[in-house]
Amino acid sequence: MSAGRTVLVTGVSRDLGRTFARTLATDPGVDRVIGVDVIPPRGDLGDVTFVRADIRNPVIAKVIAKEDVDTVVHMSVIATPGSAGARGTMKELNVIGTMQLLAACQKSDQVRQLIVKSSTTAYGASNRDPAMFTEEMEPRRPPRTGYAKDVSEVERYVRGFARRRPDVDVTLLRCANVIGARVVSPVTSYFRLPVVPTVLGYDPRLQFLHESDLNRALRHAVVAGRPGTFNIAGDGLLVLSQALRRMGRASVPLPAFAFGGLGSALKSARRADLSPELVSFLTYGRGVDTTRMRTEFGFEPHYSTAGAFEEFAATLPPAARRSERALAALADRLPPVDDDRPAQLTVAPASLAVAPVPEV
Amino acid sequence: MADAEIIPIGTRGQPGRATGTRPSSAARGLAPGAAKKPTRKGADAAAPTESATAAGKPADTRKPADTRKPAAQRSAAPKAAAKPAAEPAPAAPRDDDPVIRTASLLDPPAASALPEQARPAARTEERGAGPLAGIPIGDWLAAFQHAARELFGDQWEPQLARFLAFLRRRVTGDYAVDEYGFDAEITEQFFMAALRPIAQKWFRIEVRGVENIPTTGGALVVSNHSGTIPVDGLMTMVSIHDQTGRFLRPLGADLVFRMPVVGTVARKGGATLACSEDAERMLRGGELVGVWPEGFKGIGKPFSDRYKLQRFGRGGFVSAALRTGVPIVPLSVVGAEEIYPLVGNIPSLARLLGVPYIPITPFFPLLGPLGLVPLPSKWLLEFGEPIRTDEYDAGAAEDPMLVFNVTDQVRETIQQTLYSLLMQRQSVFR
Repeated sequence: MSAGRTVLVTGVSRDLGRTFARTLATDPGVDRVIGVDVIPPRGDLGDVTFVRADIRNPVIAKVIAKEDVDTVVHMSVIATPGSAGARGTMKELNVIGTMQLLAACQKSDQVRQLIVKSSTTAYGASNRDPAMFTEEMEPRRPPRTGYAKDVSEVERYVRGFARRRPDVDVTLLRCANVIGARVVSPVTSYFRLPVVPTVLGYDPRLQFLHESDLNRALRHAVVAGRPGTFNIAGDGLLVLSQALRRMGRASVPLPAFAFGGLGSALKSARRADLSPELVSFLTYGRGVDTTRMRTEFGFEPHYSTAGAFEEFAATLPPAARRSERALAALADRLPPVDDDRPAQLTVAPASLAVAPVPEV
Repeated sequence: MADAEIIPIGTRGQPGRATGTRPSSAARGLAPGAAKKPTRKGADAAAPTESATAAGKPADTRKPADTRKPAAQRSAAPKAAAKPAAEPAPAAPRDDDPVIRTASLLDPPAASALPEQARPAARTEERGAGPLAGIPIGDWLAAFQHAARELFGDQWEPQLARFLAFLRRRVTGDYAVDEYGFDAEITEQFFMAALRPIAQKWFRIEVRGVENIPTTGGALVVSNHSGTIPVDGLMTMVSIHDQTGRFLRPLGADLVFRMPVVGTVARKGGATLACSEDAERMLRGGELVGVWPEGFKGIGKPFSDRYKLQRFGRGGFVSAALRTGVPIVPLSVVGAEEIYPLVGNIPSLARLLGVPYIPITPFFPLLGPLGLVPLPSKWLLEFGEPIRTDEYDAGAAEDPMLVFNVTDQVRETIQQTLYSLLMQRQSVFR
């Protein structure tokens, strides 16, 4: 792409946005990076020019016009109210903020490219889901509340914008749950609980995206400029029980009705936020197909789902892993397993197992 | 039978009734060595004939005409009555034996009559530590080795090591699931191992036409559905795995994935939702996919409609096969209809619970959980010749008439095979 580009990044007060803006500013193809948010970022912004502005009001249009912005990266669709306040604020920030930003982009003549970081939450999670969602699939049940509804509304506005401004390249990245040492999200705070509650009788399939891969994917979108909607996720899947075993963390299965109640208790204790969409995700799970990410978008994540989770689990305090150690101690006393053949649970009688070869 | 009426279990006297001044006989029996009645009985036992006639009486009054049977009982009854009298001598309490102390209800009558009634109640520690404390470590190891040898054969060390490696993989989560949540290891080692005896010993499944299942590449196995509970799907999975080594990937209704435990186990066993997206994805991935197009209409049909194929859905499975160009292998299952003969249904309760039907079989609500044991019918599985779909044009899946024709062809094949198998079958259970 041509040099001398000016990129506007929203949502830089949060860690993912700030890191992305900072690394983008070092990219040789990018001239200037302008970070926009309501509250100033806590960490170092590097070469990024910070503009304190609220995307919920028309000021943002002035920023875009004045700074000759040609690429807008919208990253401030937030999954948790967190510091922003209550659910009402969160919705306003997500939906009204997107509307204002898109209106400003539509008005501007310089904007050539729009990149929106969305989430696979857009697909919902239910028992009627196909195993792997591809980009053209819709959620089986339209979301009615919370973050999931915000995401679907944001995506609707983005589609509308793409229709009205066909000359602007719109890239919509539906990212799987971002996980990493510094990420604070409903999913990571769920896994950081000392004892992880699960829904009794369900073992959801999970997909993760490492924070560095999110960063790279967004940068790739800015640099390569491939319009379209793409699922972004690490390779492979983990089921929840497997993830918890890998973490070595204790879990307690709760019946589905108690799980929601626990969610509100944890929320009031500010330990985790088991929102309705997270509860359905932890009940039915979700998988997204990433074929198009490779073929059309041309992006290959460094971390697989399992790799990203392992990296994340390594940052948590180590678990006891008693049964694991006991088994290891027992295995040390036995001869090593030479082949990779799985154990025989169906045990043949001794006579059959060591039947001597008949001499001919 | 009179025998059933004199079994001396439970309270002696009116159960659970106290008179106000005296505790109930049950309570008296529980108090350490406080029973009076047993002592009397012990004395009575000296004259066994008397209690024998008392015991034999109910039988006498019921069947006065039959003289031989009461006589036989009378000869049996003295033995039973004499037993309490004979027992006290060998079961005399010894102070060094902690196990004897615990029993109060089971004590022989003479024991409770002995003067040491203020003996403290036995404790569980006493009981647990006693017999195990004396066994030296070496004996433990020897017993362990012996058990391992019994279980794993003479090659027990590597076998056990392999088993431990398996356990460690499970405990540490070091295994892979595919994108549908299929866990090949646990399916092969656990689910299949659990189902195999049922398939081989209980239903004695006979498989025909295995050569019709492609050894590689995608294929769609289409089967009739029956049996109230989809046992036929499980048995087909086991049979195909045992015969060809391939895993059958069943397509299940969304109800399966709504249910806790069931949905999880289904996904781990290789199932996924019966929707065109998943079916086509699996077939493109070269999997052997199993589909039961009759769905709940098939397994929930009344016993009188057995072996009559229901409507084959909307032919979605045929479109999936046409789009992916994989062969359709028709499978006819005989025997599954008889495992739970569905004679009734409670539609109102089913609607309330959101399930397709509430089955009533001759045994199910009547015998409780025992009614869930399937009848041991003899099963026949016949795989028919594959129906090729790769010869049609690219747009064939969009031609509804063609889809209906192929659906009917598959349905007719299965129905005809069912009839011929039924003719060959000797009886339901043989």
